[in-house]
Amino acid sequence: MDITIPILILAIPFFMFIFLGLAGVKMSHKLAGTLGTLGMGTVLVLSYYTAFTYYFSGNPEFIDGTNRLQAVIFNQTWLQFTPQLAIKLGFLLDPISAMMLIVIPTISFMVHVYSLGYMHGEKGFQRYYAFLSLFSFSMLGLVVATNIFQMYIFWELVGASSFLLIGFFYTLPSAVSACKKAFIVTRFADLGFLIGILVLSFNTHQLDFLPMTQNPQAVLSSFEGVSFLGASGLTWALVLIFTGGMGKSAMLPLHIWLPDAMEGPTPVSALIHAATMVVAGVYLVARLFPLYMLEDAALMFITVVGAATAFYAAMVACAQIDIKRILAFSTISQIAFMMVSLGVASKNNIAIHEGLGYMASMFHLFTHAMFKALLFLGAGALIHAVHSNNYTAMGGLRKYMPITHITFLIGCLAIAGIPPFAGFFSKDEILTACFANGTFWGIWMMMVAAMTAFYMFRMYFLVFWWDNPDYAKEHHGHLPHDPGLAMSLPLIFLAIVSTVAGFIPFGEFVTFDGHEYHIQLNWAVAGGSIGIALVSIFLAMWLYGKKNDKPRRMADSCRWLWTAAHRRFYWDEIYLFITRRIIFDGICKPIAWFDRHVIDGTMNGLAYVTNKASVAIKGFQSGKVQMYIWWYLMGAVILGLIVAVCVL
Amino acid sequence: MFSNILIYFVVIPLVMMLGLALCRNIKQIRAVAVTGSVALTALSVWLLIDYLALRAAGATEPMLWVDSWSWFAPLNIHLAVGVDGISIAMLILTGIILITGSFASWEIPQPKEFFLWLILLSTGVYGFFISIDLFTMFMFYEVALIPMYLLIGVWGSGNKNYSAMKLTLMLMGGSAFLMLGLIGIYYHSAPEGQQLTWNILEISENAAISLGWQKFLFPMTFVGFGVLGAMFPFHTWSPDGHASAPTAVSMLHAGVLMKLGGYGCFRVAIYLMPQAANELAWIFLILTGISVVYGAFSACVQNDLKYINAYSSVSHCGLVLFAILMLNTTAMTGAIMQMLSHGLMTALFFALIGMIYGRTHTRDIREMGGMMQILPYLSVCYVIAGMASLGLPGLSGFVAEMTIFVGSFEHSDLFHRIFVIVACSSIVTTAVYILRVVGKLLYGPVYDQHHMSLTDAKWWERLSTATLIVSVAAIGFFPNFFIDLIKFTFSPDIFKVIGLN
Repeated sequence: MDITIPILILAIPFFMFIFLGLAGVKMSHKLAGTLGTLGMGTVLVLSYYTAFTYYFSGNPEFIDGTNRLQAVIFNQTWLQFTPQLAIKLGFLLDPISAMMLIVIPTISFMVHVYSLGYMHGEKGFQRYYAFLSLFSFSMLGLVVATNIFQMYIFWELVGASSFLLIGFFYTLPSAVSACKKAFIVTRFADLGFLIGILVLSFNTHQLDFLPMTQNPQAVLSSFEGVSFLGASGLTWALVLIFTGGMGKSAMLPLHIWLPDAMEGPTPVSALIHAATMVVAGVYLVARLFPLYMLEDAALMFITVVGAATAFYAAMVACAQIDIKRILAFSTISQIAFMMVSLGVASKNNIAIHEGLGYMASMFHLFTHAMFKALLFLGAGALIHAVHSNNYTAMGGLRKYMPITHITFLIGCLAIAGIPPFAGFFSKDEILTACFANGTFWGIWMMMVAAMTAFYMFRMYFLVFWWDNPDYAKEHHGHLPHDPGLAMSLPLIFLAIVSTVAGFIPFGEFVTFDGHEYHIQLNWAVAGGSIGIALVSIFLAMWLYGKKNDKPRRMADSCRWLWTAAHRRFYWDEIYLFITRRIIFDGICKPIAWFDRHVIDGTMNGLAYVTNKASVAIKGFQSGKVQMYIWWYLMGAVILGLIVAVCVL
Repeated sequence: MFSNILIYFVVIPLVMMLGLALCRNIKQIRAVAVTGSVALTALSVWLLIDYLALRAAGATEPMLWVDSWSWFAPLNIHLAVGVDGISIAMLILTGIILITGSFASWEIPQPKEFFLWLILLSTGVYGFFISIDLFTMFMFYEVALIPMYLLIGVWGSGNKNYSAMKLTLMLMGGSAFLMLGLIGIYYHSAPEGQQLTWNILEISENAAISLGWQKFLFPMTFVGFGVLGAMFPFHTWSPDGHASAPTAVSMLHAGVLMKLGGYGCFRVAIYLMPQAANELAWIFLILTGISVVYGAFSACVQNDLKYINAYSSVSHCGLVLFAILMLNTTAMTGAIMQMLSHGLMTALFFALIGMIYGRTHTRDIREMGGMMQILPYLSVCYVIAGMASLGLPGLSGFVAEMTIFVGSFEHSDLFHRIFVIVACSSIVTTAVYILRVVGKLLYGPVYDQHHMSLTDAKWWERLSTATLIVSVAAIGFFPNFFIDLIKFTFSPDIFKVIGLN
């Protein structure tokens, strides 16, 4: 394949960032927005072209019979460490990167269009579009990485653009602390990633993905006999690399930044904190999956972390008031689904094709990106209409905002797993994969799926049904209404995609080993999951369909649990304690004290002693000639006496 | 003598000083300072181009443009010059910082005297980087240190007498060790019965220093230079000194002078005493490792911008020495990258801090806030500097740190590798103190309403910061160019210690 188009896919957003960043101040909002959107539109066309060429052209570079290949379009050495180790910047096309080339520009373009309406008139509009371009560039660079260090580079860059966008409203203290928190927590996770890379590169003398993933046995043998604290070297490397993924993908216990990241503008939440950046962790594991398959311990770790996170986030989502927070926890929970799906796809899984979990995870990543972006953009429309993030300020909105209502409902049905919407198909594959690994995981994730349906419809009913507050009075005569064209079109588009995406024969495009995989619905699992989803939805409808005091009574009956879930099981407080009391008060301050008092004290003490000593002896240099003669004579006499004594 | 291009790095500053002495008004002074520093930078860029051409043509000597003129024959002291890729990189760094420093001190009071001392200081720095004779090197080293006392004492702020005295005395203390070490090297520089020499290349070729003496002289020279490289526990001159120094002096000091320490450590201590370096490196590795972590944690709780940056320098310069002591090609190359990167970005920081201080008359972050709304240009520059400092890809900090970490982790000993992981953890701490400043100083609501009337950067301030940002980005974007420039010197043929490891 010609390298011009892949280069342009990365270059356009990058130059758009530089251009809008430098010249944006001088531009009108309209020009900056149009330029940014046009740039992203071009990228959209080019990456669709690339992805379709990859999947459908039949080019022998990309497909061998029915076997999809991994093709390196270009690979340029950027930084040579040692003769073997180098950071290369390249463009890798394979089933998952081609899929991401569809997901990222689609969502990004929708967000660009949507923001034209949503961010209209905001101060710093040009800066906003510059940052969006930076993010798109970094995310695209991440998914096409040919080299684990290239991934790390763009991994850091998405982190930085996320920081800049969360802190977009930088005068608000809440946004400031949220962006700091997001950066530092993910940085901490990235430390694990970096150490993992170091361990991996030390043993394999490799940084490129393909030699590692296409020949995992060689990697395994390079770790022969390496172990540390009871675990094999490879397990350490893989778990450490996964730590980076835990940070970006907000897995327990590094999830605390994501709910706060909702301080950013809502379209940003849709793009970065729902559809693309937060799945980078899943993508990372998928990218290195052949290595993870070698180590059951690492896969088990992923499964356990994912399952715990999925359940935890679903619990918390049931007790939130802020609709963006509900969606944030729902995102955490859904990403955990993808993680679990990868975790259960072990090679020992003889009951079913080992690639099922992998395929299901990627499928869910794809559909989730669509419907979660839809839900976030819908939430943005709601917030725009009632000027509040809390569902307590909403209710009965279906009459005022029909487009938002229908599209939001489609999003909710998709995430709840009701056929024929997209989420049903992907979630069903995940559950099948879980059951194939072990009934425990199957039942556990089924339970989380039921909770998903419940909290989503709890929100849906509370926002669109429930009560009918007097909006005219609260908003000085303005009634909430559907947003303008710039905001509705993305909603409608994503709703259509969320409806039909499930029918994509995904197994033909994305599989673990490149071989086609025929998806067959497992009706035993599918029936069960539809059944419990419907039960949950009806339960939500019974509780929240109309204003009543059942929810309040229910919360009262179990107040401690409700409060704990509402406070996110006190993770933030734990972190606050660790950072404030232990790190700041227990490490930083004592070190600063030690520096000021002990080390500086020693230096000052030396100076003091020198000073005192010179004061003590400075009397000898008095300048009085009589004294000098006196000392001279005394010295001469003493010397003479000594000589006399010696001679005699 | 004047046919050698290198000598002009000392001649131009001397001519500049003469010119400054004749200046009548501030305009002339500025003209001399800017023209001279641009000329020096141009000369070093010219040298770089020539150097690359010579190497491409197959020159394999460790140093090029080697020349030597006898100065004091009885002790065989020469003015000997010679450069390699690393020295050239350092010369360019010095030039950039001198230009930007001149712009940053556009409105300094008593400009004539100030620039005279500043140029004298840079004469010392330039002389140090081109010298290959230990004695003249030491002389230039001292020439660079002494003006510091006056520059801080006269043009400084805050507790300037104490700081100037502390800085000078601690560095002089280091010099005492160093001088002892250098004289020791001289007396063992050649085999029995041959002419003793101060010339680095000859000493290295003779390899006559016995292991016993090396074990005594290596710590002497390493500590001597290490004091200037802010090695724990000899770093406390740095926070006070930087806090009191005027902007350009802070820039030059943190940007270039602290590099003299790292440069001396590998050029003298490790280059001339490879066996002792190999055996004793672990002791200093522990000290520098402490510097890295300790400096970063200390920076987290400081409230004065200059203190934060000074402790951050302790951490970053600690990483330079840490990597040098790993004694392999990649890590040592990374150390030089870190020297360049830290030089530029810390100069940028100090320039910005000076500009903010010049407007608000406070450096306490508790008394400022929301600067992004008031001083957007300076604030954006500050964020970029911060991002470079915490190692964002695309800026210089990332390439330097990654080269260091990857290179150091190649060490065959498990103890060393675990220690690398400890040093790695500083990337998180760095993020904490950088973002703490960004969040408090730049973001958030305006703290003091009086600050609302402040004006953003003037043209010379914009020029100064933009130059530094472009340089930082240049290293960040094209690291391989710099790596290739540096790597040549760190081959086992030239640096025998790399082969020992």
